Parts: sequence; C-alpha cells; structure tokens
Amino acid sequence: MDAQQMIKNQVSANPVVLYMKGTPQFPQCGFSSLAVQILKACEVSNLVTVNVLEDPDIREGIKTYANWPTIPQLYINGEFVGGADIMRSLYEQGELQKLLQEIAA
Amino acid sequence: MLSAEELKGYIMQGLACNYVAVLGNDGQHFEAVIVSPQFSGKNMVQQHQLVYQALGDRMREEIHALSMRTFTPEAWARSAAELK
Repeated sequence: MDAQQMIKNQVSANPVVLYMKGTPQFPQCGFSSLAVQILKACEVSNLVTVNVLEDPDIREGIKTYANWPTIPQLYINGEFVGGADIMRSLYEQGELQKLLQEIAA
Repeated sequence: MLSAEELKGYIMQGLACNYVAVLGNDGQHFEAVIVSPQFSGKNMVQQHQLVYQALGDRMREEIHALSMRTFTPEAWARSAAELK
C-alpha cells in the first residue's frame, strides 16, 4: 500500500490522529510536544498518534497529503485541522475543544 | 546560516505583505508575524499554506522550524486597536 493510501486509512479509521515526531511520552520535537500538551488539555480520550520518525514513507507522504510541509499535523474526522500554531490558536479560542467534544458526543 | 532578515526577505519575495516580522537567531528556529491582504477570505490553514508556498523548497531544506501567526490587514488593525 502506498503512503497516501495508508494515511487516508489511518485518518478515516480514527476520529483524532496526530502525526508527530516521537511519542506522547517522549516527543522528539518541541512542536510535537506542544501539540500533545494541547490535546491533553482538551482531555481527548480517543487520540491516536503516529510517530513519523519510525516510517520515512509516512514522514514524507504526510507532507503532500495535506499540502503541509511540517510536522506535527492534526486530523479530526479525516479532516486536516492544522499544525502546532493553528492548534494553539484554536485552543485559545476554545474552538479545538468544541471540535473534539463534537466527535466525543 | 539563515538569518531572520533573510527569511523575512524570502517571505516577502513570494507573498505580497503589508508587514512581516521574523525573530530567531539560531539559523533554524524562527517565529514570524505576517500581515497580507492575500489572507482575506482564507482560513488559518490556507493562510499558512500561502506562506509555505512562498518559501517553497526552503521549507524542506533550510528551515527546520517556523512558528507563525498570520493576519489579514483588517484583523491586524483590530488586534492593534485592542492593545491600545
């Protein structure tokens, strides 16, 4: 299966997917760490994370998938939401919490 | 080593901006505030995509990390007014 199809399957099968460097326990980059902290603050329960450092095909493929050259990337219900800056803005506006509550309900 | 000033130039070459400020002095990590009329009518994802587009391959090769805040001229004027 090619990377684009694999990513499509991952974001379709799981309501909340974060592509990041490292793991929630051991993030390997400040932006990925921030993204995890924000999601924890939103008390998200069904988070699936993908460590792009373990898969070079996904690491490159995710950049073309949403036409977004950086990591982390958050997907909710298969839709690209944004990177760390946008997650922080949405969180500060209370919008990210709303998005996440809608899918939990 | 890439300087904040050079990065600012790259952004302004690729995107018509009213105002750009770039901070960062380690050659890899930068923070930018960008105000452009091109952002009007676009959501945050699309606004950031325009900046990434302006930077092209530099985003993959030279720039390790760019944190940014994007504003339309209207939103920028509003946030400036709030600070007063």
